Amino acid sequence: MSTLRILVPVKRVIDYAIKPRVNPAKTAVVKTGVKHSLNPFDEISVEEAVKIRERNVKSPSSSTPNVDEIIAFSIGPPRSVETLRTAMAMGADRSIFIEVNDDEEPESLGVAKLLAKIVQKEKINLVIAGKQSIDSDAGSVGGMLSGLLGWGFAGQACNITFQKPNFCVIEKEVDGGTETVRGSLPMVITTDLRLNEPRYATLSNLMKAKRKIIDKLTPEELGVDISRRLLTREVTEPLPRQGGGKVEDVDSMIQRLKELHAI
Amino acid sequence: MTPNLLELNFNIDKCSEFLRLLIPPFSSKMISRNGFTFGRLARPLRSPAKPASTFFWTRLLSSLAVLEQKDGKLNQNALRAITAAQQLGGPVTGIVAGGNIQELAKEISEIQGIQKILVVDNPAYEKGLPEFFAPLLIENIKKGGYSHVFAGHTAFGKSVMPRVAALLDVSQISDITAIINENTFVRPIYAGNIISTMESLDKVKIITVRGTAFQPAETQGGSASIEAGTDPKVNFPIEWLSENLSITDRPNLSSAGRVVSGGRGLKSKEGFDRVILPLADALGAAIGASRAAVDSGYADNSLQVGQTGKVVAPQLYFCIGISGAIQHLAGMKDSKIIAAINKDPGAPIFQVADVGLVGDLFEKVPELTNKLKQQAV
Repeated sequence: MSTLRILVPVKRVIDYAIKPRVNPAKTAVVKTGVKHSLNPFDEISVEEAVKIRERNVKSPSSSTPNVDEIIAFSIGPPRSVETLRTAMAMGADRSIFIEVNDDEEPESLGVAKLLAKIVQKEKINLVIAGKQSIDSDAGSVGGMLSGLLGWGFAGQACNITFQKPNFCVIEKEVDGGTETVRGSLPMVITTDLRLNEPRYATLSNLMKAKRKIIDKLTPEELGVDISRRLLTREVTEPLPRQGGGKVEDVDSMIQRLKELHAI
Repeated sequence: MTPNLLELNFNIDKCSEFLRLLIPPFSSKMISRNGFTFGRLARPLRSPAKPASTFFWTRLLSSLAVLEQKDGKLNQNALRAITAAQQLGGPVTGIVAGGNIQELAKEISEIQGIQKILVVDNPAYEKGLPEFFAPLLIENIKKGGYSHVFAGHTAFGKSVMPRVAALLDVSQISDITAIINENTFVRPIYAGNIISTMESLDKVKIITVRGTAFQPAETQGGSASIEAGTDPKVNFPIEWLSENLSITDRPNLSSAGRVVSGGRGLKSKEGFDRVILPLADALGAAIGASRAAVDSGYADNSLQVGQTGKVVAPQLYFCIGISGAIQHLAGMKDSKIIAAINKDPGAPIFQVADVGLVGDLFEKVPELTNKLKQQAV
């Protein structure tokens, strides 16, 4: 059985608990001075890659292949390095970083093209990506990457196991339940929330992660044009919903719902 | 599509190019009217069944609606994708693929708003795996020269459409809630906290549609022609093994008119079943759950409402023991009426609820259920 070389793309996004605000010109979301963190789905991807390695280490005779290397990747403004450090503190071996200005972040297609190049360069045979970033909510990088590479794709995975030789069995979240597919490696898998419980990066691991390598690349070096095809014309905040106030008891609740024609 | 233009009825084939030069087809006024002033997320902007021929610029537009099906039954979101495609104004072709779908093809031909359906009868497509389905779509998109391709933003759409987009070297426009013009679309980002208007520069637009933002197309009264679609017959080393779907006779969560949703406040699976199920029965409602309830094992994963679960917009959304985190609100705040029962008067859910009741849900909900049953609503 071959060994796994896993690529885990990660993104620095506004923390999930923060309510984003639009700038006065309505051109973008305010990002300066706002708490950012690792995209929650990417945390799960990193965790899964590390878990696969640990499963193999624990029982080398199992069908889980040996993990040769886990590489984290990110593209973003300079501070995205922090997210790569977090990924490495969780267990990624090294990172690849492409630095761009805040307003130059590519859309999914650009990211997928960069990833496809890195997959070839680093001889990756498994990509574990989050199912969506919680800022753009597009959910398309993983699917696009699998298309560009001509690899199998399993989206929204909630369970990943391996079978000899080189087969990966993935249970996926679908509407109304789950379904299970079996694909042969190489593959692209995107992770759902229920795949695992990500570990915290401990302080000592964060310190160790500082010594791990981050290779910096540019889109030009990879020969990828990341210019945007989707232009944001305007961003707005939805009009706030007006709460209708509270009622005293169950009878008035029924009464009020009737007035609103809800029942 | 400005109202005065709607009434014109040109001979589209001859006039379109000429008129394009004379009249800008989409005025800025229209954009502000339709796109930028959304409160609750987009409602359908105009009735779905406008005859395409009334738009003079339609010649250059033609849409393909990907009609998701399972076991010979059409997915509700397919009907909504058709509506979205119709709103553009050009002719709409549907495509359906799977094993033994001739019966379904006949049904589809009666859906209003599509002129033609491409049918690919091959069990290889039955499971909607992207490795097979994407090449099928690409072949047919290239052959038909469609400018826009629509699919529902379902598990199927989310897995197939990005692959299609990448192989056509175009971006994907995910989960749209409104169409402003042929290039410009509205979609929620940041869990629905921000509404973004995006213009696509690509020649072919690959679009997934948020079901709750578009009405389903009428299933009767249409007369589409049925044609065989191109079947590329791709081989790929991936295999569908099994599925585990929750079987229920309740209304489908995504399309139900009423939803009763439970959260952490239910405290246990028994609590969830004892409190939520009877209320849902009394209201004839589907059951939903917050992520907290799902993670704690009170309810099945497939019932999760929120940014990472399902997005619903029923007539009535009833929150029981749900605090109202932004992740959850992202999945339900476009509901017509929101009602909430929660013991914490400061819970954020009360800021969005039309009717709120502060109290112990283990007392209030059974009382409510009984009274509703007596009144048989």
